[in-house]
Amino acid sequence: MKSTKRLLIGLIGATALSGMFASASLAWEPTKPVDFVIMAGAGGGADQIARFLQSVAEKKDLTSRPLVPNNKGGGSGAEALIALNTASDPDHTILVTLNSFFTTPLRQTALGIDIQTFTPVAMMGVDPFVLWVHKDSGITTFEQWLETVKAANGEYVMGGTGKGAEDSLVITFIEQNFGVKIKYIPYKGGGAVAKDLAGQQIMATVNNPSETKGFYASGDVVPLLQFSDERMANFPDIPTMKEKGKDFSYYNQRAVVGAPGMSADAATYFQDLFKTIYNTTEWQDYMQSESLSPLWLDADKQRAYWATQVANHKELLAKMGE
Amino acid sequence: MRLAELITAAVLALLSIYLMFKSAELDIGYLPGEGPGGGAWPFWLAAVMLISTILIVINWFKKATPPSRSTEPFMDDFAKKSLVKVGVGLLGFIALIGVISMYGAMLIFLVYYVRVLGKHSWPTTAALSIGLPVIFFIFFEALMRITLPKGMKFTEPFYNFLNTIIY
Amino acid sequence: MEILGHLSDGIWLSLQPINLGLILIGVTLGLFIGAMPGLGSVNGVAILLPVTFLVPPSSAIIFLAAIYYGAMYGGAISSITLGIPGASTAVATTFDGRPLALKGKASLALVTAALASFVGGTVSNVLFTGFAPLLAHVALSFGPPEIFALMLLAFATFVGLGGDDIPKTILSICMGLVFAAVGFDEISGEPRLVFFNISGFMHGINFLVLAIGVYGLGEMIWTIESTRGEMTTTDAKMSLKTVVADSKTAAREGWRGTAIGSLLGFFVGILPAAGATPGSLMSYGVTKMVSRKPEEFGKGAVDGVAAPEAANNSASTGAMLPMLTLGIPGSPTTAILLGGMVIWGMTPGPRLFTDEPAFVWGLIGSFYVSNVFALLINLAFIPVFIWMLRMPFTILAPLIFVLSVVGGYAATADMHDVWLMLGFGFGAYALRKLDYPLAPAVLAIVLGPIAEPTLRQSLLLSSGDPMIFINRPIAGPITIIALILIFLPLINLIRKKMVAQA
Repeated sequence: MKSTKRLLIGLIGATALSGMFASASLAWEPTKPVDFVIMAGAGGGADQIARFLQSVAEKKDLTSRPLVPNNKGGGSGAEALIALNTASDPDHTILVTLNSFFTTPLRQTALGIDIQTFTPVAMMGVDPFVLWVHKDSGITTFEQWLETVKAANGEYVMGGTGKGAEDSLVITFIEQNFGVKIKYIPYKGGGAVAKDLAGQQIMATVNNPSETKGFYASGDVVPLLQFSDERMANFPDIPTMKEKGKDFSYYNQRAVVGAPGMSADAATYFQDLFKTIYNTTEWQDYMQSESLSPLWLDADKQRAYWATQVANHKELLAKMGE
Repeated sequence: MRLAELITAAVLALLSIYLMFKSAELDIGYLPGEGPGGGAWPFWLAAVMLISTILIVINWFKKATPPSRSTEPFMDDFAKKSLVKVGVGLLGFIALIGVISMYGAMLIFLVYYVRVLGKHSWPTTAALSIGLPVIFFIFFEALMRITLPKGMKFTEPFYNFLNTIIY
Repeated sequence: MEILGHLSDGIWLSLQPINLGLILIGVTLGLFIGAMPGLGSVNGVAILLPVTFLVPPSSAIIFLAAIYYGAMYGGAISSITLGIPGASTAVATTFDGRPLALKGKASLALVTAALASFVGGTVSNVLFTGFAPLLAHVALSFGPPEIFALMLLAFATFVGLGGDDIPKTILSICMGLVFAAVGFDEISGEPRLVFFNISGFMHGINFLVLAIGVYGLGEMIWTIESTRGEMTTTDAKMSLKTVVADSKTAAREGWRGTAIGSLLGFFVGILPAAGATPGSLMSYGVTKMVSRKPEEFGKGAVDGVAAPEAANNSASTGAMLPMLTLGIPGSPTTAILLGGMVIWGMTPGPRLFTDEPAFVWGLIGSFYVSNVFALLINLAFIPVFIWMLRMPFTILAPLIFVLSVVGGYAATADMHDVWLMLGFGFGAYALRKLDYPLAPAVLAIVLGPIAEPTLRQSLLLSSGDPMIFINRPIAGPITIIALILIFLPLINLIRKKMVAQA
């Protein structure tokens, strides 16, 4: 035992010494595995993207220590935000976010989370939403769809990922601006929603293209309207909401943020890392195939983006009666 | 045993009431056109728990079940002693994780259990209590890339050094 | 015939030296990952992702299938030898596997588990090969009402699982169901039962935290006390001869469970919302129901090990089906697989079979090959696990405690859950002494998170009308069978009591 202790002390001394030299001459690098928190459970769209980012970093050997994915989806991401807020080592804790980054602190004010204290790292792109129906419904245009919904008189069933979730905000917008009433069934994740649309358990969905891709390719589901600013390259024939005369678009953000209190050196390191990942052909191809819209924002622009998003979501949630 | 049965039923009844109370923060009724509210599922199930505890108490009065008839003590001396020994060990183990890391706490727990409770020889104790944390470290950190708790700041240089070896 | 051609190409691909090597490494690694409480195939597959960049996609997916199979076999090992379910799919294996091990028949239990797993895997591979696209449509026709009916059926098969003390059994089931509701209500989108506003409760109470607390800690403390710390689990020696003898016993006494588990497991496994755990639980319940000696279940019935093990392997292969044909992950493991396939530039979904035949059939072929090697490697390692059991109890016990604590942490990466697990352990110890059955609570915490949302989604669909469970063509019959099964024993019991009192 004694000799082990001595060895331990020796080791600690040696590393402390070498650490001092290293920090004097080199830029900041992680000294231990990075806690790569994901604001959603395993298997969803956000999780897939996080794991893709991790594997690109791994493949290109971009980090000296691995990014270790850590799913904290509890409470619509509240759990993840708390974990970052209380991170014992902010320099080694980063978070992959979606729009619950904005909505959860607004809906659960008791958490006392101010997202402006978080450290911006990278905006990797935004994921637009599309309105889908099953091909057997025979509906091919948005107008036709509106007629059907009106005729159903409140019995038109749509599925989504929960009250206050991204798709429910879009559905509420449609309800309020086109005077229709929709019955909304919450599901656990986008994949389950897509499956129940393909199985005709529900009549329509508002979903990210990535989650509906397989059924779209097979022709089981049909896109009617996209909620992006301009028509996406993968859906050139589908009109946007803006073309229908409403100034509305809605995207899910795919961004990485650092824990509050991250040192400037560490923030620079992660910003550079994700910039490198953003520019890889892997990520560019991924965005292309999953119909993500490229959107690169630097740190300052991200803070501004957060502020506008918080304002937008405040308004949307207020309209929903949340 | 008889007393323990009654006390346990009472504790479970209190737990049920607490669960009902906590569930009632959400809607526990049947919303027309929507089905049960968010709190209904846990609330009514906790209510069934409460009813079950009442039945358990009735059985206790009727002496209908073996534990409610048993006159043996709930825990004899051996049981008390072993529970304290093992319980304190586990409690210490888990409490130490936050201080000296999972691996350090594991080492101390193993020394305690193998040497103090198991009365094995020092070589066996040393082999186990050093060998196991090393195996766990290699398996989790290096192979599986799962990070286990590293305790407080002062362990950091040590683990950073190990990290330079495994990555 | 076309299918057989594709299949033989796939198997041939898996037998290439590099792929065969990956299978051997993968199965062995998977076996240990699966045997570790708290870790399952999901962890195995997660570490695979980086490796997939070093080898071509076809080899990567084969490696992955090998880990997946190895982990599936491995889950039974800790259930039998340590009494801690290594994964939720292996809970039912503890019910009879552990008693067998305590009787000194650990090798019989392990051999039975291995053989049943092999048969289950093979049956589902054949079904998968033959009918994948067709079955995908079956999976799609299961909406929320159908899944809820199925959960009701799962509960029904477990009515007889508790002890004789009915109020305690009901209490245990309800407690599990309430614990399952902790964290977040996905229908109303609100936090729920977050005790004392501790953020650790926000992700709910993980099944493994309860299971390891109950079986790993509570059961161990109870065992130490009841055996006065002098426990020796087994002194059986292993040799080729005993393996042969055990195999014969396993085949003779476990064929019924294996058959039921293989088929039922597959069909429950292909439903994206259900998966391998309900599949293995239902197979156990059904096997007990049709068994000629139901009273032996829970005390070391060979059928009771064979049924869940056949089912969880069968279901795990089945769970690949919705992932490949529909692009929908049925489990966290398949979710990560799905991510992997996207990274390799493929689109899982209805067109995958036609667009990427070489890849799909390579994967299916590797299922067959991995299954064979998983069986052989598993059998080869059984003596090692038996040897572990022969260690002095004062060494085995701390080992189990350490595995429990590490496993409880690894399940959610949250110290909060380790403390919770310790609490469950002490609670379970007290309840165990007073004859409270705890298996129903463990089952309920697995099934609850599936049952509650599907119930409420169904009622939303029907505007609150419960007839939706009876009116629909698939849900109706399942619900009715479930209700009959639930009320039959109760009616019998009340009648018996009335007769006894009169």
